[in-house]
This record gives sequence, structure tokens and C-alpha cells, in this order.
Amino acid sequence: MSAPTQAPPTVVNFTVDGRQLSAPPGTLLIDACKRAGIEIPAFCYYEGYSLQAACRMCLVEVEKMPKLQTACTLPVMEGMIVRSETEQIAKARKGTLEFLLTNHPLDCPVCDKGGECELQDMVFRYGAGESRFTEMKQHEPERQWSPVVFYDPARCILCYRCVRVCNEGMGVGALGVTNRGVVSEIVPNKVDHLDCDECGACIDICPVGALTSDTYRYKTRPWEMQHVGTVCTHCSNGCKTTLGIRNGEIMRGNNRDRSGINGEFLCVKGRYGFDFTTHTERLTSPMIRINDKLEPASWSRALGFVAEKFKAVLAEGGKFGIVAGTHQSNEEYFYLQKFARNILGTANLDHRRTGDVVSLLAALNGNTNIGDATRLATADDLYRSPATLVIGTDLSQQHPFLAFQVRAAVRHFKAKVFTISEGPVREEKYAAKSIVAAPGEQLAALEQLREAAKAAGQLVVVYGDTVKGEGVPTLVAWANSLEIPVKFVALVDDSNSRGALDMGMMPDFLPGYQPAASKGLGLAEMLADPELAVFWSIGENPLAHSTLASRQAFVVAHSMFLDETAQRADVVFPSASAYEKNGTVTNVCGQVQRLKAAAQTMGVKADLEILGLLGKEMGFAAQLGVWSHDAVFKQIHAGVAGYNVPLPVILTGGAATTTSALGTSSVDVRVEDIQSARDTLFTSGSLGRYSKLLTSVPEYPGALYRRQ
Amino acid sequence: MFNEPHPLEVKIITKRFGLPNSASIDTYLANDGYKAFLKAVEMTPEDIINELKTSNLRGRGGAGFPTGMKWGFIPRDNPKPKYVVVNADESEPGTCKDRLLMENDPHQLIEGCLIAGRTIGAKRGYIYIRGEYRYLIDIMDKALAEAYAHGWLGQNIKGTGIDFDLYTHSGAGAYECGEESALLESLEGKRGVPRIRPPFPAVSGLYASPTVLNNVETFSSVPAILLMGGQAYADIGTPKNGGTRMLCVSGHVNRPGVYEVPLGFPMMTMINEVCGGMRNGKKLKGVIPGGSSSPVLRAEECDFPMDYDNYAARKTMAGSAGMMVMDEDTDIVKVALRTMRFYAHESCGWCIPCREGTTWLRKMLTRIDEGAGRRADIDLIHELSKNMLGRTFCPLGDAAAMPTIAFVEKFRDEFEARLRETAVPVTSPDQLIAIS
Amino acid sequence: MAITYSPALEAKLQEIWARYPEGRKRSAIIPMLIYAQDEVGSVTPELVEDLARRCEITPLQVEEVVGYYSMLHKEKWGKHHVQICTNIACLLMGGEELWHHATKRLGIGHRQVTADGLISLEEVECAGACAWAPCVVDGYEYHHHVTVEKLDQLLDSIQRVQ
Repeated sequence: MSAPTQAPPTVVNFTVDGRQLSAPPGTLLIDACKRAGIEIPAFCYYEGYSLQAACRMCLVEVEKMPKLQTACTLPVMEGMIVRSETEQIAKARKGTLEFLLTNHPLDCPVCDKGGECELQDMVFRYGAGESRFTEMKQHEPERQWSPVVFYDPARCILCYRCVRVCNEGMGVGALGVTNRGVVSEIVPNKVDHLDCDECGACIDICPVGALTSDTYRYKTRPWEMQHVGTVCTHCSNGCKTTLGIRNGEIMRGNNRDRSGINGEFLCVKGRYGFDFTTHTERLTSPMIRINDKLEPASWSRALGFVAEKFKAVLAEGGKFGIVAGTHQSNEEYFYLQKFARNILGTANLDHRRTGDVVSLLAALNGNTNIGDATRLATADDLYRSPATLVIGTDLSQQHPFLAFQVRAAVRHFKAKVFTISEGPVREEKYAAKSIVAAPGEQLAALEQLREAAKAAGQLVVVYGDTVKGEGVPTLVAWANSLEIPVKFVALVDDSNSRGALDMGMMPDFLPGYQPAASKGLGLAEMLADPELAVFWSIGENPLAHSTLASRQAFVVAHSMFLDETAQRADVVFPSASAYEKNGTVTNVCGQVQRLKAAAQTMGVKADLEILGLLGKEMGFAAQLGVWSHDAVFKQIHAGVAGYNVPLPVILTGGAATTTSALGTSSVDVRVEDIQSARDTLFTSGSLGRYSKLLTSVPEYPGALYRRQ
Repeated sequence: MFNEPHPLEVKIITKRFGLPNSASIDTYLANDGYKAFLKAVEMTPEDIINELKTSNLRGRGGAGFPTGMKWGFIPRDNPKPKYVVVNADESEPGTCKDRLLMENDPHQLIEGCLIAGRTIGAKRGYIYIRGEYRYLIDIMDKALAEAYAHGWLGQNIKGTGIDFDLYTHSGAGAYECGEESALLESLEGKRGVPRIRPPFPAVSGLYASPTVLNNVETFSSVPAILLMGGQAYADIGTPKNGGTRMLCVSGHVNRPGVYEVPLGFPMMTMINEVCGGMRNGKKLKGVIPGGSSSPVLRAEECDFPMDYDNYAARKTMAGSAGMMVMDEDTDIVKVALRTMRFYAHESCGWCIPCREGTTWLRKMLTRIDEGAGRRADIDLIHELSKNMLGRTFCPLGDAAAMPTIAFVEKFRDEFEARLRETAVPVTSPDQLIAIS
Repeated sequence: MAITYSPALEAKLQEIWARYPEGRKRSAIIPMLIYAQDEVGSVTPELVEDLARRCEITPLQVEEVVGYYSMLHKEKWGKHHVQICTNIACLLMGGEELWHHATKRLGIGHRQVTADGLISLEEVECAGACAWAPCVVDGYEYHHHVTVEKLDQLLDSIQRVQ
């Protein structure tokens, strides 16, 4: 026992291959080496997940230790002398690979993983090129476990990454190991099929082609694709996704390069929910209503038709009603609100609001945080925070990445999680305390968490749509009374719901939450207004659940599909999806990221281009300015409060945190209009309806934890 | 079931075998039963551990780790509950001694556990018995019930203020669960896959709590050691090799059986006198000295006093004391194949070299046994075994590799003879021409 | 899907369950499985569901265990499960001959059941009877020093009782 006064060492010095290295105590040798640029091969070791020491590839020589040691389980120790490349080690690696290949089918020519397979790479680097195995191979046929997941036991090298990512990373535990010895294999939780999130994390993390996805298998070779990093267009979490593109078509989505805020996390929508882009009902030509029937028309004719009508209504002083979707780019919103306010002279501008960000900004106005200037949490804060309170949402269903962050915090830092929800939620499994309460009683339940939250010393509060209007200042006041640093996330639904708010897609606020001089109609009011002359929907489908009171309204719809709103439209513009356009989007935590056009669909145009062409057609090109996304982003960067973010971060595909604020503490947020769609992991509005993959998932969402 | 005792035996832990109702608590109490525990209550934990250290008692399960040291590693100030776990998963081929200890003297084992509990401050223990030994589980359960009924288990045992609960736990068929960390996984209701070590069970064992885990014979030796004193026990064996061991002799001898003899007892005396010599007057070919994991000894290597050091000097090991004696007619290729079939069947599959290596070797040995072997196979078997050795996750890989290496090195001629017997004749050039 | 056990087994399962500390009930799964399997005949999906619930784990975690341990089986075995050891000590003393004799006489192989469901055979690993080899285990009952004749007597007695 060392003297209690002696501080523990903050750094450990050791030698690897003659190089003097140092690392914090407790660092695993394999990580320390990686940081120093010394690569130690491994299949089973995976940063962030539990240790296995199963593959035996990372064996190294350590002086004074008789046997080879696994670098993946050995913490660095003072004075340790390690050799990572010796004849003995080379022989061991080669021997292990030779063992591994005995029962591997070597069907590389047709294997999805061929070309990006870790086993191929290892054999290439460490040998075992010659085959001395002449016996019969162990073989088991391939199985389909779900609409997404296929398992080929013969290819499986049993590294148990899939089991861990499902259990530890996703908190699902849908995969296990059965049998033993050479016939060991991975099994799904329903004996012959999976009941899970279908997130595909197991498939992506598989070092070989044992786990494959229905959307990608046998479709292409990896080297035939271009890889475009963009942002997922489904929920508001803003996961970076790398789309594999061949001939303009998306072949797959993943984030194996671990760029972006989400590392390699993606949910089923991010990985597989891109197939709406090639749905057979995708609109690829503008349409004009002729004799009460929508007929295909050329872009010039359709644009000219709308421009004439808009000019006429403008001249008559007719009422415009404009609604934007929640998947458009910041540039599109900014350009659109300029179009509405400056050209059409209207503040009747809205989008489907799904969470109360405005009240939060109002409640935080003039409220400085203890020890920190910013009170809006980023996705990283959720991972670093010693405690998180999730109130009024089913985080794992609606915000899978944020839920993943919270799980990782529990796993890596023993963070405390508290939940207040209407029904059972997955977080309960590892929560320090879970309270089930009806929406109206959730704020009252906060008091039960006071002591535990206070004891954590720091807190992030994540709230859903049950906390809105007056509820938000109540929540903030409770948080302030804890007298510890507290940050917040106001949850919103879709990929750019937050951007729509930030860009002033509201009747009451200009971009950057500047109060509008004159207030316009909200979405509900527009729909109910019998006088409306023009109803213009840019990527929203408000008529799916509502009717338009104005019979005579001229309806223009930008849409990917002939949805309810498009069916009622007089002119339909086929619009590009977020995967087909450039620009920026802002996630639920206020982090701006870049959209990069990945796929191409003939005949469609991005909303920004449609807006620009329409403005030009109406003769307002000069007032509206260039409709290139770069030019518009410059205006946002320069003019929208909170968006003065470092440009290089965005240009290089990073996430820049905005600093939105509201100059006032009292606002009318039209509480009744705020309503989350309560999407599940397998629904995503119109995008989900037109995704074959998402609609094919048989188990009902959430079954996994609700049933228990 | 046990064999007739032999005069050369030194009966310390088998002394009650053969008494009427030897498994009953009455017989046990009438023959020094539970006296050692009462003595232990008067001793400090340090005294008990020192007594064990003095006795030179080493783990009887196979690894031979000094027991006193093992118990001394328990952090007794750790606030977590502590556990006593008995490894009664006896499944090393050649080994059948723990069975006798549980069948004939279950209370001796219970008392050993009780002393361990008293020493480390454990209030709970489990006896992990292989599932095949159901009748022994029944015997142990009955003995435990008797011990509870007589107040030797439970709360405030005999007014000492000591609480100790002991239960049996059935396995379900897995050799790997004899490995201590795999046993703990199994005891926690999981697959019997070993754990990454360190931490060792003494620090983080059952339910991540400090745990003393020993073999049945080890625990069963403890009461006698406390009663006779560590020094007296040590004096029975050779230096550094204290006491007696139960040797399980099987194979081609006239009187196979389990015999308790001092450590350092000569192997040839064991075979020729205690076991009555070779069956049918055959010559000795070799001995697998310490269970199937131990490298085979050729007949000329077998004349030595059996203590831990002498086994090591012959590059083999005392292991679990399962001595399998083979006469001149024994087919070594068959024995090597059966050994590898066993390990391939029992490999848990966790790590690559063991999972794939044992199966590959099994397939090659099968081919040689069936007469389809090639000359290069023999060297390949040797090389693949070396490729497993020291590189696997747990000792099972070594246990499969070591005997195989020894079989090939020491009986290479037998492997080669198999190739010759079935050598495919070389096709003559004439025939080749005829075909064209 | 519900499963019911005999009162004796139910009591046994509860007694096993009680051996483990609070929050550690997973420990009971293997003993419970093996005792329940003896009565139910095999590890059925209903049994998995029920024991998973009792031990506070998922059915998948039970499946993992069932796949691992060689004594746990999902297929029905014969009324008499005859296990013949052919490991080294038994091999030296004629275990293989016993095995071949049994397969020939019964016309079934490893882990197979006779058509009448009376006997199933398994070639097992070391059963711990090396000094009394070769050994045959009928259910949980050990037979030592078995010869072909003694094996025949055993099989005769099984078939006669029926």
C-alpha cells in the first residue's frame, strides 16, 4: 500500500517496439498502440464494447511474461516492454488465421464483404495464403432472420461484435450464441427470427460477410460505389450517414468511417430507409390540373402557370397560405421565408410544429447557467453528462441516436438516467429511476427525482411534446432550483424541424427568433380560412389528416409522391429528397451539418431551385438573389442570429453548434399547434409510407420491451 | 464400489471409507467429524491459512496451486459478500476420485467448506457437481440436510456466531466448467465460457465477489490437516509436496482403482504392487499420468516418485491424478484420436485456435486412424498442436495440444506404421501409358 | 403455452430457486432446466419461456445455455437414455466394442431413439468411472465393468420391463 498522500500517477511510461510511449493509467495496450500509430490486429476487440480476448490476433510479447499476451485486455503498466512484431508473433497470427480459414467458405467472389472484409485484409497482411486444410468444412446454410438481417453461419468467425453491439450498444439483446465448439453460432431471440430494432448495427459491425442486409446483399461490389457523406433525412437527431452510390442510385447507407456526431450509430431508417427515393410511385414530372385531372407538364409550363397565378393573386390582394415541410434545408427555408415575406408580402407561414423550442429559449432568456454559458445540450453532452432526465417521450423509439448516447453514458461512465413517461420505455432497463405518469402529471412527478438528480451534480433534461407552453418554464424553474448545472434538449420530430424554427418558418418569428412585426396565420388557421386564395405546400402533406376549408384556393404542392395534398393540388412540382440536394440542416440539439447530394432522380428539382425559378418567372430574381445553396448559406451565416458558426467545420462535414436565443421571456407559442407525430422506429411520415423496407417490418414497434 | 484398500496406502482423507454408513453424520461425528471446524473457530483466519501453507497442500483439481496462498489472496476487508465454491465437476478423463469422496464421506467435504467459510468470512457456499453425478447430488443433498438438522450448517453454528449456508448446484454436461472461471459463469446461469483473468476468483469470483474455489479433494483434505497439524501433514509427502493424493489408476492393470498414497509415491510401485501389475502379464507401453491433458510417458520414463516436481521434470504433470496405464497392445493412434475427439467436443468455441484447431486435428487423426493418412499429416499434427499451445483463451487448448504433441513425438513410429499399412501403391508408368 | 409440473417437481424448482441470492436468480437456470427436463422429457419452448420468467432472464439467454450444455436436449429421448463412455480409460477396456454392439443391436446411432421410443443411445465423454471401466450409464444409473454380456442383460431387462 502506498502512502495515502501520494497522488496516483497520471501517466504510465512503457516501450513498444523500442519506442518510448506513455498513456493514462488503465489504458489498454491495444488502444495505446493505436494512438501511437502501431497497429495491433484484432477481430473481437471493439472500442466501446466489452472485452472478449477471443480472436487471439492481438497477441504480443511482453518482457517478464512467459506467454504471449492479448493486447486487448492488458492495461499498460509502468516500465512494460512490449514487442508487437516478432517472428513468434508473426507465426502466431499466421497460425490463428490458418485456423480461422479452415471452416470459412472462402466465397469471397460473391460475398458482399469482398473488398472491404477484415478477414481478407488480415490474411493479406499476416499470411496464411497457403491452404493446408484438406478436410471437409463445417457448413450450415444461410438463414433470413428478418426483413433486414441475413445470417450465414459458415462465414461467421465468432468475434461476438454483433452480440455486444445489440446488447450493450442498442440495449436490445436480440442476439446470442448457441451450441459450443466448432458448431457454435449466433442465434436470434425468437429461435428462427429476430424481434428487434432492425437497426443493422450487427450487420455493419460484422468484420466478415456473416451478417448481411436484404437491401444490399448481392447487389454490388463495394468498389463500384461512390461514397457520399450526408445527413439522414428521417428524425431530428441528425446522424451522419455515408451513402454508397452506384449510377446515381443509393445502394446502402452506413457510417463505417465513424465521421459525424453519431460515430457509426444509425437506426433502421438511417441505414435502410432510403428506398423511398426509388419508389415506383415517385413523381418525376410536374403536373397541372386540367379538366379536374392532374396531367404531366413540362417544368417551364408548370412554373409559368404558377407564376401567373401568384402574380394575379398578389395583384388582387388575395390571401396566401404557405406551409413548409420538416425535411427541407435551412437554405430552402430561408429563401422561402424571404419569398413569402418580401415578395408575396405575407406572414402566413408555418410548418408542422412538433416540440416547444421557443418556450425553452424564452424561459432561458436572461437565465445564466451555473458554471456554463450555454444551456442547450449537444448530442455529445448527452454522452458526457453524469445524469440525464428524459421526460415526455419514448426516446428509443423517437430519438434512437440520443437514446444510444444515453446508453453509452450509462455503460462507459455509469451515468444516472431518470425517465418520466406515459408508458414503458426501454430506458427503464438501466434507469436509476423510472416514473410512469400521464402527460398532465409528468411535471408534478419531477419532485420525486429531486434528490437523486441533485446528487448527480450535473444534469441534461430532454423533454418531449408533453412539456410545452407554460410547462417549459415550470421545468426550467425546477431545474434551476436544483442549483446544479443543467442543460436542455427540446425534442422535435424531423430532420430539419429545428431548422424550420431557426429559419423563421413561423407566423410570429423571423429567422433567428426575431419577433415579426406583423403576425400571420398559423397552419391550423390557414387550413380553416375559407378566404385563402393560394395554399402552397413545400414538402408537407397537411391534407393527410386535415381538410382545406377554402374551396377556391389554388393549391401548389412540392412533393415526392402523389400524397393527399398533391392529389388536391392544381400544380404539383416533383421535388428532390434530402439525399438528392445540397445544403445544411440543423438537428434537434441545434447542430448544423451539411447535406450533400448523393443520389440522382431524373425529372425532380430541389425545392430551392423550384423557388428560385418561380421567383425568376415572377420577375423577382434580383430581390430574391441567387438560389445556390452556398450563396443562401452565406446569408444565413451572416444574418441569422446563432448561425455565426465556424465555416470550416461545416464544409468538412462536421457539426457546428448554433447558439439560438430569444430576446424576450414571454411569448405566445400557439401551444395547441405543437404535437409530435410520435413516430416509432419504423414510421417516418410519408418517407416511411414509401419505404418498402420500413413497411415490411412485421413485429410491431416496441414489442421488444413492451412485452416483458 | 471403491476397491479394496492396499497396505501401502496412507489413509488420511479416505480413512472413513468402508466404515458402516460412512456417509452418515453419525459415523462422521463418531470419527473426528466436525472437530476440525471447532478447532478452526478457536484459530484466527491467519492461523488457518498459515497451517495450510505449512501443510504444503496444493490444489488437487489439476493446476496444483498452493491452497494456503489461494485462501490468503481473499481480501477479507472487502465489504462484498464472500463465497466458497467447490469444484465437483470432475470430468477430466482418467479421474474418478471426487466421486468417492462425496459418496463415502460427504461430511468431510462439508466440514472443509465450513472451515473455508470461517477463514474468509463467507456465509454461503455452493458445491458445483457435474450433472451426470445425479446420485451424488442426492447423497450430498441428504448430507447437507443432516448437517442442517444437527446444527452444523445454518445460523449461529453450534453457538459460534458463525453463519454458513451450503448448497449443491447441478451442472449439465460440460468439461469446460471444470475450469474455475467457466465454472463460475455456469454457476451464474450462463454458458460455461471462461473469464478474462485477472481478476482472479479470489478478488472477483462468484457474483464479482471474493471467492475461494477449490476441488473436492482439496476441501476434503482441510479438516484432517487442521486436526493433525500442517507440519505433520507435510511430513507425509516429499518437500514442497505435502500429504497424500487420491490416485485414480485405470487401464491395463490387474487392480485398477483409487488409492490414497503419499505424494512422491513411486509410479512403478503403484502399478506393480498396489495395482497388482499389468493385466495378462503384458508389458507396459506407457502411462498417461495425470488425466487426458497430461503428456504421455513411455514405459521407460515411468520409474519415478510421483510428486509435482518430478512430473514437471518429465515435461508432464500430476494434473488430476488420473493415471491411465496402457499395455503393449494399445493403439496409440486410437488413444490420440479419442483424446482429440474429446477436446473438440468439449471446446467451448470461444477462441479461434482451440475451436478450429481441435476440430482440424480431430479430422486429421480420424483420417490417419481410418488409413487415409499422408506422411505430411504427422508433422502437420505436431505443428498445429504447437500453434494452439499457449495461444488459447484458457488452458483447454493447451490440454488438447500437450498430449497430442507427446503422442506424436514419443510414438511417431505408430503413426507412420498406419501410413505404411495402407500406402497406396505407386501407379506404374506402363499403366499411365495404357490410359493415354 | 402455460406449463404445469408435478407437485414434486414444482417444489424442487422452488427449492432450487431459493438457493440463490436476490437478484441472482439467473443462477438457478441450469439446475432447474435439468430437473425439469427429466420430467418434461426435453427442453420445450414452453419450458424455456417459463424458466426464463422464473429466473428473470430472456428466453434467448435460456436458449444460449441449452445449446451449450450437452445434457440439455430439445429432442425427446428414449424412456431409457443409455450412455456409453468411449473415452480413454473406457476405450482401453473395451468401451468401443460396447458402443458398436449397442448400435448394432438397437439399430440406432448417436443421440438417436429406437422406433418404440424405449431406448436412446449416446456415446458420451468421460463419465468419471475410469477405474471401473468400461462404464454404461442408464439415465443417471452407473453400471461398471460392463462387458458385452452385461450390456445385453441390461438392454434385455429394459426391453422386458416394457
